[in-house]
Amino acid sequence: MNLPPSLASVEERIRESAKAHGLKCFDTIFEMVDEEQLDEIAAYGGFPTRYPHWRHGMEFERLRKSSRWGISKIYELVINNDPCYAYLLASNSLTDNKLVMAHVYGHCDFFRNNAWFRHSERKMMDRMANHAVRVRRIIDRHGQEAVEAFLDRALSLENLLDYRQLCEASAPPRPQPRHLAEDGDDTPERAPNFRLRSRDYMDEFINPPEYMEKRRRQHVAEQEAEKRLPGGPRRDLLALLLEHAPLERWEWELLNIVHEEALYFAPQRVTKIMNEGWASYWHRRLMVEDVLTDAELVDYADTVAGTLAEGNTLNPYKLGLELFLDIEARWNSGRHGPAFDACDEMAQREAWDKQENRGLEQIFLSRAVHDDVTFLDAYLTEEFCHRHQLFVYRRDPRTHKKELVTREFSKVKEELLNNIANGGAPIIEAVDLNHGNRGDLLLTHRHMGRDLRPDFAEATLLNMAAIWKRPVVLESSVEDKLVRWVACDGKVTMDHPSS
Amino acid sequence: MLGRIETDHRRFRQIVHGTIRRDLKRYVSKGELLGRSSGGTISIPVPQIDLPHFTFGSTEGSGVGRGEGEGEEGEAGEAEGQHVLEVEVGLDELARILGEELELPDIRPRGEADIVSEHARWSGIRRVGPESLRHFKRTYREALKRQISLGQFDPAHPVVIPVRDDRRYRSSQVKRRPESRAVIIHMMDVSGSMGTEQKEIVRIEAFWIDTWLRHQYKAIQTVYIVHDAVAREVSQHDFYHLRESGGTKISSAYQLCLDTIRTRFGSGDWNIYPFHFSDGDNWSSKDTAGCVELLRANLLPQCNLFCYGQVRSAYGSGQFKRDLDQALPGEERLVTSAIADRDGILGSIRDFLGKGR
Repeated sequence: MNLPPSLASVEERIRESAKAHGLKCFDTIFEMVDEEQLDEIAAYGGFPTRYPHWRHGMEFERLRKSSRWGISKIYELVINNDPCYAYLLASNSLTDNKLVMAHVYGHCDFFRNNAWFRHSERKMMDRMANHAVRVRRIIDRHGQEAVEAFLDRALSLENLLDYRQLCEASAPPRPQPRHLAEDGDDTPERAPNFRLRSRDYMDEFINPPEYMEKRRRQHVAEQEAEKRLPGGPRRDLLALLLEHAPLERWEWELLNIVHEEALYFAPQRVTKIMNEGWASYWHRRLMVEDVLTDAELVDYADTVAGTLAEGNTLNPYKLGLELFLDIEARWNSGRHGPAFDACDEMAQREAWDKQENRGLEQIFLSRAVHDDVTFLDAYLTEEFCHRHQLFVYRRDPRTHKKELVTREFSKVKEELLNNIANGGAPIIEAVDLNHGNRGDLLLTHRHMGRDLRPDFAEATLLNMAAIWKRPVVLESSVEDKLVRWVACDGKVTMDHPSS
Repeated sequence: MLGRIETDHRRFRQIVHGTIRRDLKRYVSKGELLGRSSGGTISIPVPQIDLPHFTFGSTEGSGVGRGEGEGEEGEAGEAEGQHVLEVEVGLDELARILGEELELPDIRPRGEADIVSEHARWSGIRRVGPESLRHFKRTYREALKRQISLGQFDPAHPVVIPVRDDRRYRSSQVKRRPESRAVIIHMMDVSGSMGTEQKEIVRIEAFWIDTWLRHQYKAIQTVYIVHDAVAREVSQHDFYHLRESGGTKISSAYQLCLDTIRTRFGSGDWNIYPFHFSDGDNWSSKDTAGCVELLRANLLPQCNLFCYGQVRSAYGSGQFKRDLDQALPGEERLVTSAIADRDGILGSIRDFLGKGR
């Protein structure tokens, strides 16, 4: 740790304070860096070493520009790792750095305790460095151009993950290359017997023939689906490609690296609101209750006002923080549950106070078991929505101005949930590996009211086809009409299948 | 641990340059780079250099906001076109890209031998000189050499003592660098027949020619002349915005051009590039004959290159280019080029500057 002594003692105070408040963090290592270094590290996604790729250079250019022109400035950068790494800007004032440290401990606790991070790689610092070495070695053998071309393709698929797997009890196994994967057992399964044991005279009632028929048909359909794609439709398309695409050894390795890193960043994508809210909640408490000196109060307030500022757009820091505060208040006063929900007397609701004092307990619980979608679903109440004056807007297609559509609670909530569902990305599923019985890959877009951006969809599909090495078909709908894109031989065609 | 980003950053810039080069035609014909330059750099919008992903179409962009929901004006800054990246490129670099794409040869300036500037640099070493200029490292190296060769150097006890002969001194050397000066004289026909579109084409072409020549010459000046029946010198702003009407007497512009050269750039050490753009209609054939005479007798001998670009317009006859080509065949300092529309701009730049003069 290279903290100056003045900060080191402050750091210790904050660490003790976090511990006393019940935060359970990894050890956290703070590094002092200057602005350019911070931009560099941020361009690499928070890691000092990543594999070489121009995308990092692009990100660096963007960050450099916006920090030089004062458009935006990175305040905190913390890496989910054991031990946690966090970066402090040398040019920040002491107050700001205190704030950042308190904030970092909030994140750190979240990384460690949230269910969506349970399979998260905790030695990512080392893995990233290993990946960098491996990619460099591959570049040495196969050339910059080939590797870059392949990485460009692979990275364009990096958001095609199955976010549901993140919080499952056991992590899905790492995909194996085709030639290493065990051959499946090909003996056909015996059709199971759906009949329940019964006496003759009861059989008609216990095993009604129409129900039996239905079960049988269902079973046949399942078997069919199983043949098309073992295990049913898959969303983790990177894993699917790793298992089934005909890849060279080095291509497989690159794709595997991209998949591993995408999986590592996935939990942060689906918990952004909560994660920032949690960290903001805790920096506030730690700062105000323990760390802040009187003289620093104004500076502190100024910075916080900046990070929590809202125009007409939602600020995830602010939304998350307000939700945690709301939960705390509601569970402290008992304003939840069936009895409260049933009460429709305005004054009574306002004055409701059962002295439950379970607020703190509840926010600790919710930070452990939710991701953004379930969190908002569970805790975004109508009252909260009105108090914060949330609304749905739509951009006028002609004037490109935002126009308020509605303030209706259910609509607001639906819009919000839609926007963050599946990490904010469309849900694309693989349904058939042997489409048309000629090895084509069939994907479907689970349309939930929002169309795909067509030019990007086509370009991405081409990248997919280049890795799959056979045509790839994507079914979706655009403006309520079924659409089918086929990527084949470096070209995409689109048609409207009649369903 | 740091320093790797430079490699990635350089690679990114390379890709950007490749993209600009590929799309150069579009940038040129749309003229969207004009007015974007400031202080020697230009910011270029590069669409879709980012990797494609499956995303939602964002054109109708809906979402959740907060607050009163009023006063939504003035937030055009966060419009959703986030996939257009603005990249800053130096004008020099842009000229290089243009040069590569059009395979323009470097220009060999005139008067190379005549004009030189002198720079003194501390690049030499001498054995004599004032103590204040003594070169420590060299001196000790000499001393070390001497001691080793005499067998006086003991690695276990490394003491190096220079003597008088070992001393070395910095000396200044004068470097002579040829410097070339150049002037671009833009002439444009602003008579009634030149429409907005024609002027826009001239504007775009003049911008790219400027960019290229500025890349080739250190010191460059620009003169703008407009003419209808009479010619006069105007500012850059007026050159692009003026709209006149009336007849066309091209000789008036050529005469003014000649006068300007004689009074201001006549010392013989200037590289002179007159460019003339019109729609090819001249008042009379007598005036055209006058133009030819001016060119043959006075202008061409003084210029590196005289370029005439004829922009096609609905009213122009396009006669002037034909007349020039007929009257002055095989004159290698005269280049004429017809510009049909915006897509013709690149071709005509190649015509003009492809000779490397």
